[in-house]
Amino acid sequence: MKRRHLLASASLALGMAFGGSAFAQGLDKVKACFVYVGPIGDGGWTYQHHEGALALQAEYGDKVEIQYQESVPEGADAERVLTQMALGGCNIIFATSFGYMDPVNAIAGKFPNVKFEHATGFKRDHANVSTYNARFYEGRAVQGTIAGMMTKSNKIGYIGSFPIPEVMNGINAYYLAAKKVNPEVELSVVWAFTWFDPAKEADSAKALIDQGVDVIAAHTDSTAPLAEAAKTNGAVIGFGQASDMTAYKPSPRVSSIIDNWAPYYVKRVGALLDGSYEQADIWAGIVDGEVEIGEITDAVPAEVKAAAEKVRDDIAAGTLHAFTGPIKKQDGSEWLADGVTAPDGDLLGMDFFVEGITAEVPK
Amino acid sequence: MIRLEKRPTPSRFWLYATPPVAVLLTMIVGGILFAVMGKNPVEVIRTIFWDPLFGEFAFYLRGQLLVKAGPLILIAIGLALGFRAGIWNIGAEGQYIMGAIIGASVGLAVFPTENRLIFPVMVLAGAFGGWAWAMIPAILKTRFNTNEILVSLMLVYVAQTILAKASTSFLKNPEGMGFPGSRNFSSYPAAQNGYLIEGLGLHWGGVAALVTAVLIYILLTRHIAGFQIRLAGQAPRAARFHGVNPTRLVVLCMGISGALAGLAGLFEVTGPAGQITIDFNTGYGFTAIIVAFLGRLNPLGIVLAGFLMALTYVGGEMASTNLGLPAAAVQVFQGMLLFFLLGVDVLTNYRFRLSGGAAVAGAK
Repeated sequence: MKRRHLLASASLALGMAFGGSAFAQGLDKVKACFVYVGPIGDGGWTYQHHEGALALQAEYGDKVEIQYQESVPEGADAERVLTQMALGGCNIIFATSFGYMDPVNAIAGKFPNVKFEHATGFKRDHANVSTYNARFYEGRAVQGTIAGMMTKSNKIGYIGSFPIPEVMNGINAYYLAAKKVNPEVELSVVWAFTWFDPAKEADSAKALIDQGVDVIAAHTDSTAPLAEAAKTNGAVIGFGQASDMTAYKPSPRVSSIIDNWAPYYVKRVGALLDGSYEQADIWAGIVDGEVEIGEITDAVPAEVKAAAEKVRDDIAAGTLHAFTGPIKKQDGSEWLADGVTAPDGDLLGMDFFVEGITAEVPK
Repeated sequence: MIRLEKRPTPSRFWLYATPPVAVLLTMIVGGILFAVMGKNPVEVIRTIFWDPLFGEFAFYLRGQLLVKAGPLILIAIGLALGFRAGIWNIGAEGQYIMGAIIGASVGLAVFPTENRLIFPVMVLAGAFGGWAWAMIPAILKTRFNTNEILVSLMLVYVAQTILAKASTSFLKNPEGMGFPGSRNFSSYPAAQNGYLIEGLGLHWGGVAALVTAVLIYILLTRHIAGFQIRLAGQAPRAARFHGVNPTRLVVLCMGISGALAGLAGLFEVTGPAGQITIDFNTGYGFTAIIVAFLGRLNPLGIVLAGFLMALTYVGGEMASTNLGLPAAAVQVFQGMLLFFLLGVDVLTNYRFRLSGGAAVAGAK
């Protein structure tokens, strides 16, 4: 207690010295603002962030005021929205898409008293910028296990949004897990080059189905790929992405990755309320409850379910890592030696496919 | 019975009255929509139309209006030129993207050289990129009589694909840790389109928009080419007798609109957007079509229309953030504006006639 007090007064002094750039004391009331890349009704990515915001509100009641803006384009518009929010008295702003990276850092420099939290990015140019992300690839290993065991055509598919490390992690983890349980498996990748565009996402799913793919994982935000799979009368299955997407249970949605941002939002705003807030770079996974595996339905046989759940539990227990050597890169060069697990740095900058994937990274 | 009757000549009154009436109708019907959604309509309308100009944060938002209006005006003026001549360039979005890519490529190719000439050369390259992209539908039309609406629109999707390619490969920031997107121009002074007057949001794009408005206005009212453009739109046969060369006209109008869209893209990417990213284009090329019509295809009208449109964007965002209005409601509101504009526009060429059954019978 004493030590914390000492730290608090030290940082208060620092804060005053640098124009009040540090929050030493807690705030009585926090205005928490959220910038969303899509509409809340996407049923996926943005929906889950909004669920996190609502959980935050429920946790702290009238000590927290929530504001949000949907469908903010990445770029100049994001800068304006961030500025408006900062001017409007937001104490902490959560910018929930990768493309807000440069705008967040540009605006954070102008508002040292406002805390900025950027999801999935890596730039923290100012002391008031934190980044947070989830280890989605852990969930992909679970999905890959199901995909490898369930596919009849031995062709599985993945709808990629953009070839950024987060997505590359997901594709590689999905493929490696599938290959582990089914050495015959082949992976097709379609790039949608969008986060949210139901028409394009549906077209991507169609293209995969036309190639004979019968298990589809999507890295885009809407339910359109599942809707497309649902038209095949059970021939094609898929997964809920970002949100549980229960409407497509028990099939084609046989499981899901649920991004649960609520614990993080509650923790960060709580820290702002009690004065313990610090700049951070968080990458949480299944064990932290940030990546949840949605119910595995009875549409898959019991042994598939058991195998998938074992992968989930082993990852949570720390006995299994989605990237464990020996793994070679697509071009045949060595990446991880036998038994070595991937360092976070490699995953955060991943720009290659692993050996065995025949698709090409857009170059 | 109420029926529509064609006016012998277009009404000058309705030509100018249409935009304000459409704005008013949008406010009324939009207000009803907001009220049904449980929001105070007066507060929402005030937040959209009044607060950005005179509210608490107007000092910041006024500047943002020009940032937003600049590219819309620049593109819309070019489009209006073609629309007047009956040449429908719907693909300004693609020309905007290509201008940005070509212009940015020139700058990034010589990174990190500091030279005063770099930015002007990039501007020329941007205009060239847009012009060249517009020449494809123009030449296909004059050569093979293809439909420029379809071709120019389809080329938008081609441009988007090239943009995705540019940000993931040939323009990718080598220091970007594998993430797509080019270097940020804000850290390259020689190629940066910074604010000339920050508080006003004025950068070279804004200057270009306002200067172009005046130049095109002069072209249309004082120059033979402008006369030919207007004539070709109003009376195509008369234009042909008058010796207007339709091929030259298509190439001219498509070229100017393409070049202006390319310029807008270049100013945007080196200024407010800052970098080439996979989805740096945010639909200015399409929104500009609304702006062109809202401004009555008149360069000076377009300047006003551009600011009005910017106001609905900036104010709409405010309403969305501060009053918890769904983004879709704001988009519906913007859509209403075009709907009422086109609806009321009927009155320019037609008028309502009250006629009883007897009169109709008599007319027969």
